[in-house]
Amino acid sequence: MNTAFSVILQFLELVTALLAAPLLTGWVNQCRAWLGNRTAPPLFQFYRQLAKLFEKEVVLAANASSLFRAAPYFIFACMALASMIVPTLSTEPPFGPAADAIALVGIFALARVFSALAGMDIGTSFGTLGARREMLIGFLAEPALLMVFFTASLISQSTSLSTIVQALGQREFAIYPSLAFAGVAFTMVSLAENARIPVDNPTTHLELTMIHEAMILEYSGRHLALIEWAATLKLYAYSCLGLALFFPWGIPEGTGFANLLVALPALVFKLAVGGFLLALIETVSAKLRIFRAPEFLGTAFMLAVLAMLVHLLLETAK
Amino acid sequence: MPGAQGLLSIDWMVLVIAAWLAIGIGAIFAPRNFPYISRVLYPAGALVGLLLAVAAFAALNQTPETMVLPLGLPDLPFHLRLDSLSALFLMLLGACTAGISIFAAGYLRKAEGTAPGVQCLQYHVFLASMALVLLADDAYAFMVAWESMALSSFFLVTSDHRIPEIRRAGYLYLLIAHVGAISLLLCFGVLQGNGDAGVAGYTFANMRGIDHNAFWSSAAFGLALFGFGAKAGLLPLHVWLPEAHPAAPSPVSAMMSGVMLKTAIYGVLRVGFDLLHHPLWWWGVAVLTLGLVTALFGVIFAAVQSDMKRLLAYSSIENIGLLFVGIGLTLTFQSFGMRALAALALTSVLYHCLNHAAFKSLLFLVTGSVLHATQTRNLGKLGGLIHYMPWVAWLGLLGVLSSAGLPPFNGFVSEWLLLQAFLFTPGLPHGYINMMIPVAAAAVALTAALAGYVMVKFFAVIFLGQPREAKLNQAHDAGRLERSGLVWLAALCVALGLFPVFVIEKLDSVTRLLLGTGIYQAAGEAARAHGWMYLAPISPDRASYAPVVFLLSILVIVAAAYLIVRRFWHIRVRITGAWDCGFPMQTARMQDTAEGFGQPLRQVFEPFYRMTRELPSSFDKAPVYRVVVEDHLWYWLYLPVAKVTEFGARMVAFLQQGRISIYLLYSFVTLVVLLFLIHG
Repeated sequence: MNTAFSVILQFLELVTALLAAPLLTGWVNQCRAWLGNRTAPPLFQFYRQLAKLFEKEVVLAANASSLFRAAPYFIFACMALASMIVPTLSTEPPFGPAADAIALVGIFALARVFSALAGMDIGTSFGTLGARREMLIGFLAEPALLMVFFTASLISQSTSLSTIVQALGQREFAIYPSLAFAGVAFTMVSLAENARIPVDNPTTHLELTMIHEAMILEYSGRHLALIEWAATLKLYAYSCLGLALFFPWGIPEGTGFANLLVALPALVFKLAVGGFLLALIETVSAKLRIFRAPEFLGTAFMLAVLAMLVHLLLETAK
Repeated sequence: MPGAQGLLSIDWMVLVIAAWLAIGIGAIFAPRNFPYISRVLYPAGALVGLLLAVAAFAALNQTPETMVLPLGLPDLPFHLRLDSLSALFLMLLGACTAGISIFAAGYLRKAEGTAPGVQCLQYHVFLASMALVLLADDAYAFMVAWESMALSSFFLVTSDHRIPEIRRAGYLYLLIAHVGAISLLLCFGVLQGNGDAGVAGYTFANMRGIDHNAFWSSAAFGLALFGFGAKAGLLPLHVWLPEAHPAAPSPVSAMMSGVMLKTAIYGVLRVGFDLLHHPLWWWGVAVLTLGLVTALFGVIFAAVQSDMKRLLAYSSIENIGLLFVGIGLTLTFQSFGMRALAALALTSVLYHCLNHAAFKSLLFLVTGSVLHATQTRNLGKLGGLIHYMPWVAWLGLLGVLSSAGLPPFNGFVSEWLLLQAFLFTPGLPHGYINMMIPVAAAAVALTAALAGYVMVKFFAVIFLGQPREAKLNQAHDAGRLERSGLVWLAALCVALGLFPVFVIEKLDSVTRLLLGTGIYQAAGEAARAHGWMYLAPISPDRASYAPVVFLLSILVIVAAAYLIVRRFWHIRVRITGAWDCGFPMQTARMQDTAEGFGQPLRQVFEPFYRMTRELPSSFDKAPVYRVVVEDHLWYWLYLPVAKVTEFGARMVAFLQQGRISIYLLYSFVTLVVLLFLIHG
């Protein structure tokens, strides 16, 4: 493998992620507006929002500690790293060996812990409420996500993401019941983890129902910009992950330049469809009460465990 | 490798024990001379600990050395033996002691119960007896060391013996420690065989040579599990931990939780893999199940605690549970002859022992500093300490992230290895176990995620937010000695997290000793191709993890983002009051308390707790809200057992009439019965 090229490719993946992530969020928002029969914001609205936030000065609470000021950078770095590890344009990113599926779950957890700590730092009632709820969602979503990865790992005999994607991409086209269960569980987890509708509402203005937004209420200016950007990166990473696990076709194995010409349009197409489906789910469902969220995620957890059992029972008949 | 002057490694270990005892004895000659004890003796003990860690590290790869001490009873000398397993745990003991003793030198104050000199003696006897437990090579030396460990730690727990709760906690600890010790005694009785070896039967060398049948080896293993489980805090013998840890002075809690619990793990490994040879598969399943229940129980209870040391004690129960999960998995693999996988699971256990020792000692010491600065253990009266105690807070954050099992810190590595071991189980030739494993893996994942919740609560409520009491702004940071102890342990956490390949290479000698194979050796050239950066226990295709790359990329992105934001925009900041959605009357009492933060879990896991709630009515003028969360097992198991014991004792008391004629009658009747039996 050409090392220089793969480093360039890795860099390209990062830049693609950084640029495409706000676009994906913009696309989902557009679809939501269309489905809700509203006038859609422009596709590039999110960039303007980021630019505006970066321009603005930071208004900081007097008792904010340095943890509060450092957290946005760390959250952003975690999400950028996550989007570098997820196979998007090639199944063999050079950073792949640095972290496998379990470590990827760890990155998401690290970012969540940082944002929860930052939410608690000012000591306002809404901040602590948001942090508590975020951790509640997190402790149920994290094991469910891990179990989804375990199912994929059992099929591909590996926890390395690139091996998983290769193995899943090469198998013959057939419906695997375990993957179907895992897919449903993954969708539920991603909805919860990305603060989407049945669990949280990203556009809510009612503090009492907020989860993610309540936690970051005290942030402003560039800090808020980084956090918002990180949130879009998270959505992007999750979407790419879901596509790579359950629709792995179109991600080239090699790292040739010609492969890129296939990979990029395939990725754009899959993300566009995925984003539309996300908007559809959000439009047709209603937000759950906060204490129904554990049931929702418990279901996802059960489905993921079931996926593993189904794989062991039905698909490994000896 | 002979050390200086041709001393064997084991001689160094004995010298270390002697040095600790000498330090302890040196203290009682001047029990009230505070500067001498805190500035000379404790640092000397720390230095000896460091020496022990170095010597044990050097001894990790050596062939076992033995020694017979001229101590003990006539014809029953103490046998000592230093092999890789002992060396690993001695290293853990030495490394933790170095940090904890230095901290203790700065931490201990005058006028806290026991005289400082006596406490120093107890502390060093505790250290020496732990080292002797790890070196003992016969049942006699082991039990003597085990009991002196229990007694010295009992006296340390009850340092503040004027407080009734502390006396009660000490009593509970002593009771459970002795119930466990009896079980161990019986276990060694079973292990020594049918008495053919005579008086020499009590040596471990003899026990190793005997091949027990399935029944007796299961009996021995069960007794060992009970005995060591009582020391480790395995369910349902866990009740002493959340009582004893808060009662003890913080360095002692750190020592007990970080190191003493590991001696129990050492014991299980010694009996299960060294003294017994052929594990049965259902031992593994039983240990795995017990471990899982313990881990979940521990973390669920940790989430609702409002005393910071109790919270950590429950978190220790959780970690002990995870260790037993690993041991159960190892036993299962070993019983089916899958040695490479057993080695993987065992490596995760040993690794987690080191990790837990480092981060839990660190966190207990952090609570000690907080306790001294604020005089309270109650989370409801803390908050905002990051501003007044930055050193303690930031070092504590490292411990918290490690304990939550987050990459790139150390807790994650052992969790990662354990989950990898779980992923291999589909190869097991037993269908039902195969089915059980995914459920177990799910429970482990849930435990790990909940540990994150608990640790966020622990850190955020103590160090972040607004101070919940006015006097907290007088809190002072830890002194220089305390700080260096914390820095040492935090550095261990970081190093263990960043350089797993070195650690695993070292652990290999232990797994080779116990199982005959090691993962580093077995992984072959392919896995080692990436060198020290990439941890790939099986093969890089299967799984790999590179913590250094991981950390560096995060730091690089952080730095790049910071510089780019500075370069292209500005770094203007306006400092003002908190916004809180425009609510102007924000006070410290409106932020989440410890109870508030744990409330969602109390709701989700309601059946696990025994809750008594007092909810005030809406018209109450002076409303009082109270909720007490207790442990079901206390009512379901301990109180009935206590009742039965009391009843039995009362029955026995009928014999005791206090009149000499009746006692003479007993002797007479006994004599007659015996004569009758002999003749008949």
